[in-house]
Amino acid sequence: MIEIKNLVKTFKDGDVVTPVLRGIDFTLKNGEFVVIMGRSGSGKSTFLYQMSLLDEPTSGQIIIEGHDAKDMKPEEKILFRLQKCGYVFQDYALLPELTALENVVLPSLMQSINAKKAYATAKESLAKVGLSHRLRNIPSHLSGGEQQRVSVARAIAHKPKILFADEPTANLDNESSKAIIDIFRELHKEGQTIIMVTHEEQYARMAQKIIKIDDGKIISVTKNM
Amino acid sequence: MFSKLALNAKIGFFLAWRQIRHSSFWTTGLIVFVMVLTFLNLVVVSGILVGLIEGSIAAWHKQYTGDIIVSTLLNKEYIENSPNIVTLIKTLPEVEQISARFNKGVTLEANYQTRKENEKPNIASAQLIGINPVEEDKLTGLSSHILAGSYLNQSDYDKVLVGYFLLKQYIPVDSPGFSALENVDVGTKIRIKINDVAREVTVKGILKSKVDNVSMGVYMVDSEAKNLIGRDDGNAAQIAVNLKDGIDPLVVKSALVLAGVDKVAKVQTYVDAQPQFLKDIIKTFATLGNFLSSIGLVVASITIFIVIFINALTRRKFIGILKGIGINGQAIEMSYIFQSMFYAFLGSAIGLLVVYFLLVPLFVAHPIDFPFSDGILVAPLGETLVRVALLVISTIIAGYIPARMIVRKNTLDSILGRN
Repeated sequence: MIEIKNLVKTFKDGDVVTPVLRGIDFTLKNGEFVVIMGRSGSGKSTFLYQMSLLDEPTSGQIIIEGHDAKDMKPEEKILFRLQKCGYVFQDYALLPELTALENVVLPSLMQSINAKKAYATAKESLAKVGLSHRLRNIPSHLSGGEQQRVSVARAIAHKPKILFADEPTANLDNESSKAIIDIFRELHKEGQTIIMVTHEEQYARMAQKIIKIDDGKIISVTKNM
Repeated sequence: MFSKLALNAKIGFFLAWRQIRHSSFWTTGLIVFVMVLTFLNLVVVSGILVGLIEGSIAAWHKQYTGDIIVSTLLNKEYIENSPNIVTLIKTLPEVEQISARFNKGVTLEANYQTRKENEKPNIASAQLIGINPVEEDKLTGLSSHILAGSYLNQSDYDKVLVGYFLLKQYIPVDSPGFSALENVDVGTKIRIKINDVAREVTVKGILKSKVDNVSMGVYMVDSEAKNLIGRDDGNAAQIAVNLKDGIDPLVVKSALVLAGVDKVAKVQTYVDAQPQFLKDIIKTFATLGNFLSSIGLVVASITIFIVIFINALTRRKFIGILKGIGINGQAIEMSYIFQSMFYAFLGSAIGLLVVYFLLVPLFVAHPIDFPFSDGILVAPLGETLVRVALLVISTIIAGYIPARMIVRKNTLDSILGRN
């Protein structure tokens, strides 16, 4: 489903060149739940951004769902992200003026899905994350945990092929974090492909595979039983 | 292509409406207030400039020419066969009122009884206008322009009305080529001189009008004026005609031309008779008004540009998120276009209400008292709607450019707040 070959990413600031990813090879199969771990600055989030087509690598190849990212125009990448990907960000990334339901329904509306059907699906997604009673609330009227659950609902509402999550529990208390991870586990059981960045061992253990990154390179791949 | 555009517009509207709904009341109010002021600047500045002259033209029409004016041909002192022309005009069913005038250039002199030989004579040049006071009043409302004293009666033998421009007490101007009478008021005896003929008359009233021909004229009952200027044949110099409501002056003009009146007189509608300088000033003022309006338009565009730019800049992270989750850049740009349109339409709508339900009636009830006209606000709906369209278009452009600038930035940089 995702095949990455010799992925390199460097940042340039004037004459200063900072290598962040130094030639990563990686394959993600359908239905896998993979966690990327590493200390701060190791390049784990940068890796996720390249993989999820949110950023352009300096060199290397990313083949996602049979498409070579290099051949995709920016508009095609946006469309691809809309149709095939779901995103959960560390800081929830909800639109403040939209209600929980509107935040969740937006990607479906952008896909020209019939409004009635889109709203019904969005409600189902919110029900799945236990927020049926918060449909009309705007993000500022929700707790951090609830906001992250809305974010998850938004990411899964349009049934993406891959769910990308960047430190989804970093800003949450234990109870909320556990709730999010439980949702991910349920989704995985239903066959959802998930790739998640985290630095918390306890949640990493829930995944099928743990990839450890350090200094821009994969240093270990561990399979959980 | 069209369905993609429609989808982006739908999503853009979805986002714009929610952003407007959740924006600060005071911020939205301030932006709309700026748009209202811009709209007023667009419509009212040029409207008053044009209205200034329109007021003058309206005064010229109502207070002097009437709807049709028949006057002497060039180098002629009177209209030949005037009595028959007057009779002809009176037979036309479209005609409401008619007033024949007997005009002649005269010299007025005051204080001639007390003047010493070495003193400069107290004189002024003027146009003597002989009128039937009742008919003239019905046609032009002349009696309503009496500043002091009283209006003429048909039986007034040696009484005149003097325009206030001819009296120094009202117009203390002393310039070459223009002289006004000193120490003349209601009841003062003055002398009217035509060539070697002089007649002593008493000032019965003083006229004040925004029409120079009235304010610089000396009005006398027609029978006395005819005697004074030696016009025994009854030939008038001007025949002013008012038509019934809704009658097109061109129709009556054509009828008079068809009857051959144009062979002995100039037949003009009130529009034809407008002095050329007024027509020129209208064009100049319209250009000036458009220039000033253009500045207003640029200022409004810059205001919207800044507002949308700051808005988009502060929301850069959310724009990045939208792009990140797959929302098309065009849909995001459209959301800002819709917001700009909202401000422009709301500002224009309030502006339209202010113009048509407040300012226009206000200026009609209380015209601006300019020296040469009663200034009104001219705001034809068609032209106003064109200005609304201009405002909306410039606002859309001003809203689109900054939105596009922000939307084009790297998605991840926007999400992470990186430069």
